[in-house]
Amino acid sequence: MSEFRYAVNVLPKPGILDPQGRAVELSLPHLNVSNVSKVRIGRRAELTVTAGSEPEARAVVDGLSKELLSNPLIEVYAIELLEGTSSTVSSKVPAL
Amino acid sequence: MKVGVVTFPGSNSDVDSLNALAVAGVEPVTLWHESPDLSGVSAVILPGGFAYGDYIRAGVIARFSPVMRGVKEFAASGGYVLGICNGFQVLAESGLVPGALLRNRSLRFASKIVAIRPERLDSPFTRAATGAPIHIPIAHGEGCYYADESTLDGLERDGQVLFRYVHEDGTPALDPDDPANPNGSLRAIAGVCNSAGNVAGLMPHPERMSEAVLGTDEGLQLIRSLVESARDWEAAGRPAPAAAAAGTTAGTAPAAVEAGR
Repeated sequence: MSEFRYAVNVLPKPGILDPQGRAVELSLPHLNVSNVSKVRIGRRAELTVTAGSEPEARAVVDGLSKELLSNPLIEVYAIELLEGTSSTVSSKVPAL
Repeated sequence: MKVGVVTFPGSNSDVDSLNALAVAGVEPVTLWHESPDLSGVSAVILPGGFAYGDYIRAGVIARFSPVMRGVKEFAASGGYVLGICNGFQVLAESGLVPGALLRNRSLRFASKIVAIRPERLDSPFTRAATGAPIHIPIAHGEGCYYADESTLDGLERDGQVLFRYVHEDGTPALDPDDPANPNGSLRAIAGVCNSAGNVAGLMPHPERMSEAVLGTDEGLQLIRSLVESARDWEAAGRPAPAAAAAGTTAGTAPAAVEAGR
C-alpha cells in the first residue's frame, strides 16, 4: 500500500454566474488593475489516500469529488496528484 | 397524526416548524439526524438552519446523514416531504428535487419579508393556499435557484415550479436583478417539487409566519396544505407516489437530473 496526496480544484461551471468572481472584478479598478478579466472563484481540497495503486487511489478521489466536493450540476473539478508515483500516463492537471 | 421535523446539527428553524405543525393541529415529532427511523410520521419537514455548518456547500453534508436514508425511503414510498430554506438545499443536494441553490447574486445574506405566489393550487403543497401573494421571511445566503435551461423548461412544462417571487400585484420578478427577486433566482423560482409531486422545497419560511402573534399567519396555508395532503395519504392507505407527470418522458431534464445525483 502507498500513500498518494491529491488536490481537488473545484470551480463554477463555465456560464454559471459566479458572484464572487464578479465581486473581485469590480474591485480591480481600486487596485489600478485594468488588464485582468474572467475571474472565477472556486475551492481547493487536499487529501491523502492509502491504496495499492495510483489509479485505485484516484478512483476514490474521483468518487469523492463527484459526490461531496463538487456538485456536477453547477461545478467542475480537476484532480491533481501532489505526492506519490503516478502509474498513469500523466498527472497533469486537466483543464477546467 | 404525527408529522416529523428533522433536527440536524445546525438546524435553527426546527422549533418554529414544530410549533407551526401544532398550530395546524397535528402532533409534531422531532426526528434526530443520527437515526434513519422516522417514528411512523405521516409527513416530514426538513427545517431551516445551517446543517453541519453548511461546509463545502449548503446541505451537502446533511445529505449523507442517517436520517436522510429514512427520508429518501419515505419519499420513495409516496410520503410528503417539505424542505424549507436549508431543508430545500438538503433536498437539492440529495437529488430529491431538481436544481441547485447558488450564492445570492448580491453576495449578501438576505433577511427580510418577501412576496411569493403559488404557481398552482392543485399541488399537495399549495392546496390550502388562497392564490394571493404570501408574505413570509427569507433568511439565507445561498438561495439563488439554478438549473440549466432545458431543466427549467421541463419544470415549467410539468408543473414542478410551485412558487415564484412576485411583486405586490402578483406578477413574477423574472429579472434576476429585480429587487422583488431577493437572490437572483432564475425565472424567479422560490420553490419546486420533484416529478412525482410528493417532495417540495422552498427558500422562504412559512413556519415563521404561522400565527397571528408572529405578525401574520400567511405562512400557515402552506403548513396546512402539507398536513391535509398527509392526512389524505394516510386515509388512502399510504399509496405509492403517482407516476411522473404525463409530459415527463424518458430523457427529459427533470428526471435526468434527479436520477443523476
